[in-house]
Amino acid sequence: MASGVKPRVKVPKKAAAGEAVTIKTLISHKMESGQRKDKEGNAIPRSIINRFTCEFNGTMVIDVTMEPAISTNPYMEFEATVPEAGDFKFTWYDDDGSVYDTSKSIKMA
Amino acid sequence: MEFSRRETLAMGLGAAVLTVLPFRVNAAAEDMIAEFTGGADLSDSGVELTAPEIAENGNTVPISVSAPGATAIMVLATGNPTPGVATFNFGPGAASQSASTRIRLAGTQDVVAVAKLADGSFAKASAAVKVTIGGCGG
Amino acid sequence: MNYKAMTAIAAALTLPMAAFAEPDDDTLVVNDEIQMVTKTAAPAHLSDVMDEVMSGWHFRSDETQALQMDDFENPAMVFVDQAMEAWDTADGSEGKSCASCHEDVETSMKGVRAVYPKWNEQAGEVRTLAMQINDCRENQMGAKKWKYTGGDMAAMEALISVQSRGMPVNVAIDGPVQATWEKGKEMYYTRTGQLELSCANCHEDSYGMMIRADHLSQGQINGFPTYRLKNAKLNTVHARFKGCVRDTRAETYKPGSDDFIALELYVASRGNGLSVEGPSVRN
Repeated sequence: MASGVKPRVKVPKKAAAGEAVTIKTLISHKMESGQRKDKEGNAIPRSIINRFTCEFNGTMVIDVTMEPAISTNPYMEFEATVPEAGDFKFTWYDDDGSVYDTSKSIKMA
Repeated sequence: MEFSRRETLAMGLGAAVLTVLPFRVNAAAEDMIAEFTGGADLSDSGVELTAPEIAENGNTVPISVSAPGATAIMVLATGNPTPGVATFNFGPGAASQSASTRIRLAGTQDVVAVAKLADGSFAKASAAVKVTIGGCGG
Repeated sequence: MNYKAMTAIAAALTLPMAAFAEPDDDTLVVNDEIQMVTKTAAPAHLSDVMDEVMSGWHFRSDETQALQMDDFENPAMVFVDQAMEAWDTADGSEGKSCASCHEDVETSMKGVRAVYPKWNEQAGEVRTLAMQINDCRENQMGAKKWKYTGGDMAAMEALISVQSRGMPVNVAIDGPVQATWEKGKEMYYTRTGQLELSCANCHEDSYGMMIRADHLSQGQINGFPTYRLKNAKLNTVHARFKGCVRDTRAETYKPGSDDFIALELYVASRGNGLSVEGPSVRN
C-alpha cells in the first residue's frame, strides 16, 4: 500500500426520500504519472489510483476510470439519489493492487 | 471593399486556423474517441464541459462535465502526452449524469468530453484552456 | 488588417489581462462562516511605504480562490487530518503525544499561530512555530526532530494554524525581539543574487504587476503553510523563502537558520492585522 493514503468524503447526514445529494471525495495520493524522470534521468514508474467507485446500498452511483492526467490528491464531486436510509460505500483502486475504502451512512430527514 | 495581398493572406490564415482548431485532436485522442463510440457520429449537443479559460497552473485544473441521461462521459486532454483523463460511468444511483474533478494539462490545449447518451448516440463538447507559466520559479 | 483593427484587437486582448493582474475585491469567507480580513490598513511600521496590506488570495484566479473557500475543496485539509492523527499518537522515549500535554488542539492551540514567531523567555530566543514543535518533540516527547520544511512539520503547522483562522496576525516587533526584527527588515530591503533583487523590489514596489504570466503579490505569509497547485503539497514559509532567494540567483539561507527566522518575523509583522488563513491555497 502506498504510504499515507487517506480518503476524505463529504456526504450530508440526512436527506429526504428520493432527494439528490451532492457528494465530494478527496484522497491523498501522489498520482505519479509515469511521465516524470528522477535526478538520474530514469523514468519514475507510473503509480496512480486507476478507478473510483461509489455505491449506495449496493446500487452503483458512479464508476470512474482514472488516468494519469487526474491531479495529485484526486477530487471527485457528483450527485446521488437517496431513496432510503443507508450507506454509501466509496472504493479507490491503486495500480499497486491496494484498495482503499470508506463508507458513510445517511438518515432520512 | 478592397483587400491588399497581405490582408487577404491574413484572412486566409485566420480562416484556416478557425477551420482546423476544432479538429486539432491528436491521433491518439481520435483513436480513443473511435474506440469509445465505435466510430459513431458525434452530435454537438447533449454534453456540457466546463473548464477555466485560463488555468493558473496546469497541475490542478478544475473541470465539470454534464450530460443528462448519459450512461458514460469520457474526458480527453488532447495536448497531453497521453490524452486519457477519465471516464465517468453513471449507475442507477446517480441523481444526475454530471461530475467534477481536477486534472493535469501539459500546456495550452483543447479538453474534450464525449458522452454516450441515453438513446445510444454520442455527443461531443470541447473547451480551450490556456495554461499559464508561473513567475520566476516557473 | 488595418491599423485601427489591429489596435482594437490589441486593446481587447490587453484590457482583460491588465485587469487580471490587479488584486481583486472579492471577499473571503471560509465554510460560509469564517470571515477573513484580507485587506486592511498597513501596520504602523509600514505606514511610510504602503497604505494597505492584502492577502495573496486577492492575486489568484477565481478557480484557485474557490479552493480555499470550503474546507472540503481545500486539498490541504487532507494533511490537517493526518496531523490530527499525529497529534493523538505517542512518539519518542517518553511515550507522549501532543495531546498528552496540550489535550484538545481546538482549545489549546487557538490563537497560537497568530502570534508566532515570538520570544521564548526560557530559551532566550525568537521561536518560530516549527522550532516550538521540534522543541516539544525533542525535549518533551523524546522524539526525533521533524525536518524543518518536511511534510510532517507542514501538516502540524497547518493543524495549529486552523485553530486561529480568522484571527488577526499579531506578532510583537519590540522588546526582546526587536533586534531580530531589525535584522529581518534589513534582509527584506537588501538586494541579493545575480539578479540583485530584494524582497521589496517585487513584493513592495511591484505587487499587482505581472511576473511572466503570474501576478506578484505582497508576499504576505498569513496564509502559510500553503497548498500550492504547482507542487500539490503543503509548503512552509522557509521553503518559500528559499525558493524566492534562489530565484534571485543567490546562495540561499537554510530553512530554520537565524537569517530566515529573522526574515519570517519581519515578513509576518508586515501582515499584522490580516487574518490567519493557513492553510491557504495558492498557485
